[in-house]
Amino acid sequence: MTTTDTHDLKPHEAYIPGHHWRNAEDELEGAKLGMWLFLATEVLMFSGFFCAYAVFRMLYPENWHEASRHYLNWKIGAANTAVLLLSSFTIVLAIRGAQLGKRGMILWNLLITQACAAFFLIVKLGWEYWPKYKKGELPGANFMYAGHGTEHAAATVTDPTAMGQIVEVAAGAHDAAQHFAPMAHDQIFLSVYWIATATHGLHVFIGMLVIAWAMIKAWKWQYGPRHYTSLENIGLYWHLVDIIWIFLFPLLYLV
Amino acid sequence: MGGHHDVSYLAPKGTPLQTLLAWMFTVDHKKIGVMYLVATTFAFALGGLAALLLRAELMYPEIGQVLPEYKAGATTITANNLYNRAFSLHGVIMVFLFIIPAIPAALGNIFLPIMLGAKDVAFPKLNLLSWYIYVFGGIIAVYALIAGGVETGWTFYTPYSTTTNWGAVTAMVLAAFILGFSSILTGLNFIVTTHKLRVPGMGWFDMPLFVWAIYATAIIQVLATPVLAITLIMLMCERMFHIGIFDPSMGGDPVLFQHFFWFYSHPAVYIMILPGMGIISEIITVHCRKRIFGYRAIAFSSIAIAAISFLVWGHHLFTSETPAANVVFSALTFLVAIPTAIKVFNWVSTMYKSSIVWNTPMLYAASFLFNFTIGGLTGPPLATLATDVHLHDTYFVVAHFHYVMMGGTVFAFVGGLHHWWPKFTGRMLNDNIGRIAAVIVFLGFNMTFFTQFFLGTQGMPRRYATYVDDFHHLHMISTIGSWLIGLGFLIHLLVFIQSLLGGEKAPKNPYGGLTFEWEADSPPIEHNFPHEPVMTHGPYDFDTVVPPHWDPKDYPLPDPSKIKPAH
Repeated sequence: MTTTDTHDLKPHEAYIPGHHWRNAEDELEGAKLGMWLFLATEVLMFSGFFCAYAVFRMLYPENWHEASRHYLNWKIGAANTAVLLLSSFTIVLAIRGAQLGKRGMILWNLLITQACAAFFLIVKLGWEYWPKYKKGELPGANFMYAGHGTEHAAATVTDPTAMGQIVEVAAGAHDAAQHFAPMAHDQIFLSVYWIATATHGLHVFIGMLVIAWAMIKAWKWQYGPRHYTSLENIGLYWHLVDIIWIFLFPLLYLV
Repeated sequence: MGGHHDVSYLAPKGTPLQTLLAWMFTVDHKKIGVMYLVATTFAFALGGLAALLLRAELMYPEIGQVLPEYKAGATTITANNLYNRAFSLHGVIMVFLFIIPAIPAALGNIFLPIMLGAKDVAFPKLNLLSWYIYVFGGIIAVYALIAGGVETGWTFYTPYSTTTNWGAVTAMVLAAFILGFSSILTGLNFIVTTHKLRVPGMGWFDMPLFVWAIYATAIIQVLATPVLAITLIMLMCERMFHIGIFDPSMGGDPVLFQHFFWFYSHPAVYIMILPGMGIISEIITVHCRKRIFGYRAIAFSSIAIAAISFLVWGHHLFTSETPAANVVFSALTFLVAIPTAIKVFNWVSTMYKSSIVWNTPMLYAASFLFNFTIGGLTGPPLATLATDVHLHDTYFVVAHFHYVMMGGTVFAFVGGLHHWWPKFTGRMLNDNIGRIAAVIVFLGFNMTFFTQFFLGTQGMPRRYATYVDDFHHLHMISTIGSWLIGLGFLIHLLVFIQSLLGGEKAPKNPYGGLTFEWEADSPPIEHNFPHEPVMTHGPYDFDTVVPPHWDPKDYPLPDPSKIKPAH
């Protein structure tokens, strides 16, 4: 930053684009295009989970349906969906604050966004991951779930192939509507659930880190009508994190 | 920034330590490109040595003639096991550490911004970051090799890759995962650079064809690599937590891995070949001094190849997917032949009735046309379901792949290196010795791999350390060919070293090119041009424009009345 004639300007007003850009507008457009491309890579990465989901749902439709009903609580998922939607709204307000040059508006809205993200992660860890871990509702070979009210469930079988046979007998012996019995491929459902939501959770956490960085920048008056590129890109990223959840929630919890 | 604007980008900055630090933390695309060049050349040497070792072992059908018997712990590991690790090493290193980054990240990094008249790529810091990610991934790959290597092949097929306890599969998969990030960031950077940093007045159809090729490559890098990332994450989770997604004993699906893997890795072969095609377009038009034939056809065929590349992954699964899918993927695969043939015909048409200068780059371009045509024409037998059943997993596939990847991409890369060497080093190369080496590499390459078509049709399976005596002679010829390739590259290396140490100083435009890089100094200054360059002519107007820095006396233009429009 040169300070000779701009010392009375706020940092965002004195912003100078990178030397290889012709002007700040080109730089902003370039940064946004880069962000959209990055979001495309994210969508394609998550599409791997959605493909795996589709394949196994097609292979084991009934098992999938029951597992979704039993292992996941839609109310928790819905609460998390609500806070993420709210956070997407507040981050837009923060960007509006930058356009209007209101530092307080940026900071307060980013703070609410952070609170929503923290709420999401705390619910995820405290009300989903931790109980699941304790109950053994874990992916693949770590699956130790004993089930409710089934005498067969007392036999905790670690070998997945043998367990598959036993739980199939169990499923036949009980009315699934009243007494849930684990089915042969629950662990595949939980595998998809765990790695998809954990990857998404990691994205939420990274989002919190970059929003914290944006808050520092906003505090230092580095965002204003003339320059708020990184804030806008963080907003785009945050919307993507939100949208991925909007797809994960119904697929895993509802249908 | 001070007064460094007119100094060569290679000029030292103070003490040797300061210069080193200036390189380590540079955001200059040319320096980053040179650092990529050094790193990928090292990877090429490592992968090449592994290949020479494989060929040496295959000279004799008895096991263990070359690779020693090897004991580790309680288990006796035979030479077979070492052989598996050597071909996996060759594959992983050549694919992930050499051929994917070699052209885009090294030559593309140096020349894409200059060809657009820009000072740098769109995101210079990201560019440096992608180099460090590449090096980090490379270090993990080397660690995996030291920790016992892998014997899964570069394809990491499940269930073997998820159940084997041998070596460091998880570390190697992690390395490939990390290297993918480097590739994505480079691609992203180049797409934005091409969109946003073209000099004013340069439309899409005024761009050099190398830029078109790198742009098409970048699209594939950005859109395909994330799928590899997620596949490898699942593979690592499978190994560490036994999540069962690819494990049939838990109801998982190992064929799903093949679909995921090839959804990336088939487009990835176009990441490997498209930049090479871009180089060939540049070399042929400059060294034939003729307007490129069918500019738009070549440009669009790059984009067409990028688009089709996403639709054909299933042809790697002809023996594991459903027959209906096979028919669809077979048909789609034939589509690839169209844009690639368009390119070859356009290059040959450019050469027709031109004044060809048979220097090292041009020899490599001509070799490319020869090799790539053979490699291309051996594709349809593999895309045809009936013949593929016979040729599947034989040396025919190995030969086909190497004809397009080595005979194509590596030849284009070495040709491009010679073509642009004077520009980015400021030194000329010894062309006579270069030409001798080019001929040796060409002969050695065809000796090595043409024999493998015969081996394949006769039923020699790939990835086998031993074979029946009938195949001995062909394997012998193939191995001798591999020594010729090694010799040729060794000569090239010596020529490069000689040029750096005492080569003749390069003029600004030694070959008479018309694209922007030939207007810059050799080597270019830090910000490439003293002033933003101006578009005064198209990139291939050889019939109407005297090349920059050339005397019109040395470049008699044809009579304008005799020029027919090229397109």
